[in-house]
Amino acid sequence: MNMKIDTETLWLVGGVLALLVGATVVGQFLRTRMRGGEGLKTVQNLNARIKAWWMMVAVFGLAMMTGGIGSVILFGLTSFLALREFITLTPTKAGDHRTLFWVFFVITPLQYWLVATGWYGLFAIMIPVYAFLFVPIRSVLGGDCDRFLERTAKIQWGLMVCVYCVSHAPAIIFLGIPGYEGQNGKLLFFFVLVVQISDVLQYVWGKTLGRNKIAPNISPNKTWEGFLGGITTATLIGAGLWWATPFTPLQSAGMSLAITLMGFAGGLVMSAIKRDRGVKDYGTVIEGHGGVMDRIDSICFAAPVFFHLTRYFFT
Amino acid sequence: MTAELLALLARTISGANVRWVDCEPDTKQRIYFANHTSNLDALVLWAVLPPEVRVLTRPVAARDYWAAGRLRRHLAEKVFHAILIERKRPTAHDNPIRQIIEAMDETGSIIIFPEGGRFSGPDPMPFKSGLYHLALKRPAVELVPVFMESLNRILPKGEVLPVPLLGSVTFGTPIQLLDGESKPAFLKRAWRNIVKLRDL
Repeated sequence: MNMKIDTETLWLVGGVLALLVGATVVGQFLRTRMRGGEGLKTVQNLNARIKAWWMMVAVFGLAMMTGGIGSVILFGLTSFLALREFITLTPTKAGDHRTLFWVFFVITPLQYWLVATGWYGLFAIMIPVYAFLFVPIRSVLGGDCDRFLERTAKIQWGLMVCVYCVSHAPAIIFLGIPGYEGQNGKLLFFFVLVVQISDVLQYVWGKTLGRNKIAPNISPNKTWEGFLGGITTATLIGAGLWWATPFTPLQSAGMSLAITLMGFAGGLVMSAIKRDRGVKDYGTVIEGHGGVMDRIDSICFAAPVFFHLTRYFFT
Repeated sequence: MTAELLALLARTISGANVRWVDCEPDTKQRIYFANHTSNLDALVLWAVLPPEVRVLTRPVAARDYWAAGRLRRHLAEKVFHAILIERKRPTAHDNPIRQIIEAMDETGSIIIFPEGGRFSGPDPMPFKSGLYHLALKRPAVELVPVFMESLNRILPKGEVLPVPLLGSVTFGTPIQLLDGESKPAFLKRAWRNIVKLRDL
């Protein structure tokens, strides 16, 4: 839990800040070049995204500085907000009200408490086993069997994606990696950086070179060019950051590839849900990005895989 | 101060996404009329108005709910200044319309739920005639349709503890009673203006 801020951490933070400064300069330059129309809209959205990135980096940086507990609280709140957006979008009924109260105010905090205490055994099964059983039991007491399976499945899915999966990100801090004690904060930083930079690079490659749509029915903005360019460059960046991780450069590349592929898949799956519900974004809280869920969809899918790969091979 | 705090709390719990569609916030005298699905409705609609509009706006609320218990009564009377009306047995001298008109002449705008109760069917219930009588008595006042969504999922009928989902509040184009418009025609038109906002 004890985390020291070493030179490597400073390099990571400095790199991200340099990147943001660069992006801000480019964004402002592009704005002066645009005269209107579709291009101007894209640049305005780009600048809103960059501005939001400053905020998100500041919040994440602050959480990291407090050591492990700040990150647990930050990801806990993120889960809470994502779940809020997710459940809002999926029709539940009055009979689910009490179940939802438990889900938001008991199960979600409990999962993050398990992260904070490092109780791995229960952390790994609490939601897939106990919450899985509890949700239908509590709902059946509500006495409404209309679309029962559908409603229950939606609540369970929301819990799995928004809470269980996301909670694997801060849990990285509590992995005991021989020779890397007290440095896990950097590994969490590495993970979040690779996931998010991959999203950004897919966006950049897609916007500049994107021609061939990869899944036109699900996410019209995702292209083969964006996918290949983004995954490749993000993997290279991840490999280049090996010095901050317990991995060798080659291992770091492999981990980054797994992270970026899962992140891409997560974005695609969460888009399919949005299309099904007829909305473009999960929410409106982060300007330019949409909701919290729109920003963390890739983290949801990448976190458990990265966590278990690291746990299996390096602890 | 307490009013600011309560408004902030209401906005946080309801996570309300507020949209003004062909209608701008304004301090002129208005009647905001909305669909009614949750006890949170009056509080949330009041809370999402800009502060300078909010101080001039009083929700019309059921006395049987808001006067029960000291906390509710305190909030209704001292904090958001609800106009508490008798909806069960209106009598000649306990006439809600007169009471509302008096309050309007005194402070300005009001919030009203013309269905006369909470219903959570797919469509709002047909409106009771209160809105028509108000429009007839004060024809110059703008009537602003407001559609409130998901609040019944945050706090359904009969529940005490809210679940923090995201509600939304949509303000639509103001309407007025037309010359010679009949009561049923006006109420139907007002009703349609709310439903229209849902399908936006």
